[in-house]
Amino acid sequence: MTKRLLVVFSLVIAAGMAAGGPVAAADKIVKIATQSPLSGDQSAIGVDIKRGAELALEQLSGPLAAMGFKVELASFDDQANPDTGVANAKRIVSDPAILAVVGHFNSGVQIPSSEVYHSSGLTNVSPANTNPKVTTRGYLEVNRIVGRDDVQGVVGADFASEHKVKSVFVVHDKTAYGQGIAEFFKQRAQEKGMKVLGFEGTEEKANFDSLLSPILAGNPDLVYFGGIYPQGSVLFKQARERGYMGMFLSDDGYDSSDAVKIGGKTLLEGGGTFYSTVSGPAAVYPGTAKFIQDFKAKFNAAPQPFAAQGYDSMGISLKAIETAAKADGNKIPTREAVAKAVRALKDYAGITGTFTFNAIGDPTIAKYFVMKVNSADPAKWNDNPVVQTLDIAPPK
Amino acid sequence: MKRFLKSINIRELLRPIGQMILFSLGSTIVLSVIVLLLALILDRTVVGQTLIERLNVSLFTYTLVNLPQVAIDGLTIGFVYAAIALGYTMVYGVLEFINFAHSEIFAVGAFVGVEILIALEKFGILSNASLVMAYIYLILAIVAGMLAAGALAVTVERVAYRPLRHASRLVPLISAIGVSFLLQDVIRLTESLTSGQFNRIMPTFGNFDHRILFGKMAMGATQITLGVSIKSIIVIVSAVLMLVGLNYLVNATRIGKAIRAVAQDHSTASLMGIDVNRIISLTFLVGGMLGGAAGVLYALKFTRIDPFVGFFPGLKAFTAAVLGGIGNMTGALLGGIVLGMLETYAGSFMGVFTMGAAGTEYKDIFAFSILILVLIFRPQGLMGENVAQKA
Repeated sequence: MTKRLLVVFSLVIAAGMAAGGPVAAADKIVKIATQSPLSGDQSAIGVDIKRGAELALEQLSGPLAAMGFKVELASFDDQANPDTGVANAKRIVSDPAILAVVGHFNSGVQIPSSEVYHSSGLTNVSPANTNPKVTTRGYLEVNRIVGRDDVQGVVGADFASEHKVKSVFVVHDKTAYGQGIAEFFKQRAQEKGMKVLGFEGTEEKANFDSLLSPILAGNPDLVYFGGIYPQGSVLFKQARERGYMGMFLSDDGYDSSDAVKIGGKTLLEGGGTFYSTVSGPAAVYPGTAKFIQDFKAKFNAAPQPFAAQGYDSMGISLKAIETAAKADGNKIPTREAVAKAVRALKDYAGITGTFTFNAIGDPTIAKYFVMKVNSADPAKWNDNPVVQTLDIAPPK
Repeated sequence: MKRFLKSINIRELLRPIGQMILFSLGSTIVLSVIVLLLALILDRTVVGQTLIERLNVSLFTYTLVNLPQVAIDGLTIGFVYAAIALGYTMVYGVLEFINFAHSEIFAVGAFVGVEILIALEKFGILSNASLVMAYIYLILAIVAGMLAAGALAVTVERVAYRPLRHASRLVPLISAIGVSFLLQDVIRLTESLTSGQFNRIMPTFGNFDHRILFGKMAMGATQITLGVSIKSIIVIVSAVLMLVGLNYLVNATRIGKAIRAVAQDHSTASLMGIDVNRIISLTFLVGGMLGGAAGVLYALKFTRIDPFVGFFPGLKAFTAAVLGGIGNMTGALLGGIVLGMLETYAGSFMGVFTMGAAGTEYKDIFAFSILILVLIFRPQGLMGENVAQKA
């Protein structure tokens, strides 16, 4: 009697396990990683890239859920530091459930980290990296949805020449990003007939006195800074305090409300402060009204620059996983299939534009903006007006 | 009152002021002459021609017109270095070891001061403050920074150095480096608890950003304005006051006598009835307070601070202490001023002299090469004495 019961019991368990198999298969877990600076100087932007991606995952993973996939977000903090980014990348590629990476704010972090993604065939959709090298290495796995520095430098120089700037002093932060933009700016400025009075790199974060002496001696119409705002804003502030009254121009690394927290009203005096960017405030894109509303409702704060791009990068990753999974009979697709599906997307309708990638992963058309700093109040940073908008294809 | 006045040693008050004036003027004159000579020589070469093409001014005029401003900038940073260097040198004087955590004590002072001002700003007190109140708040922040940094320095000594005092020389040094890393990350952790942001920005208030103009000088097609911002003056004046105060404490009081006695020989000093541990704690307290005040002044001058803000000023101040002769207070003062001047002169003129080939970014290489040269010919530093190794 006991023996019979035991047999029945084990049969029941076996049946349960057999039935359990397909149930678990219906819950196929897929992960998408984000990498951005979640702590430190640049965390205001980095956190919102992650939040944008999180929102997209919530709103756009419906089709994958219907196919029996459960999509999870795995967020990583790259601390805007190449070493941390690469270490995280190694953890990311060792997790087989991760099929795509949305990430990096800093080109200097993306470039070494994507070498790791490339070697394991993991696709990377970048919401913010503008250095040409990001895509010119020609990796199948690396794509971006924003413009490029070689164009951003040109946009800045064209803007300057339209504003009758005759002489310029160029400063950069010696990173792949800042120096890259500054060099393209310098080249274009010379083509446009501007006098480049100096070209200096500096890692200094506090004491710009000795750099300012040669700048002020030349009294240029414009000081151009290629780099990120914690340095740029301090430089601009000290230049103004020493009596420089010309114009300041920087790049999209300057695009943060903290820039005005540092610079205060000195940025508004004299010729004013401008910055070119590959990402306007979310409000300048036609498709973002609902995104801004949802973002505010969920996170109780207005989206920082690149949050909408984080949303689109995630959307593209989800779409590509869906396409690849469909082609493979609803199985979890391979990383290679996902990478190919991203590159093959045609006219993906995102909220910041319609994206098709070219052979190296640049968007076929990218938007560039020049913005003006308009208020000394950090809360009003997102109201900075766009003074120029350009649609430009990547250079051949 | 009369007796009190009589007890003040005027000589010890005037001597450091005289030294500071001498050192500042001396290094300004020496460096200026060198730079002007270089400019005269280079004027005849392609360097001068390039400048004439670019700015329509001869190299000599360019250098001459820029000199006063460069000297003021150099002095400001030089006094900051001197104030930090004194912390290194005092500890070296009594313990013969280098307190590498001093740069983080500097950073803690900066953070405490700035946090207080940020809190005041949040309550709306700063924006409505009158000029007098603005200065009172600034002094409050400096004093708070000093107290916090002083207390921290004493704690660090008690916890990390005192138990190792009789160990071999390298052991407390490693302990100091460890404390330095620990403090950096503790600052990073506590500052990012609320917002994830660990950098802080000095609030703008009072008239500190205002610039006093001395005049304009024509140079080629443009004009150079010569001036000094109020915050630079505050930095210099506070540093001078602290240095005079410290000098008085060490050279003209009983406590100072005890400090000097301990510096000479621990065991003999203790036989004379001096509580050695108390004096060492006191040395750390005073050194830490100076460092903390320098931290707040640094934040005032340069606006933005992060947990690693102490690293470079700390390293430079240590260099300044070595340049002047470590263990020697006058030497630290001289070393700080000279290093600040060297660095600023190099940074300001190298770009022009090399036609942009080696710009401001190489100023540190230049300053440190001079340090190496000085140490080759005077290993004991500029003012250091050749002290026989203690048993």
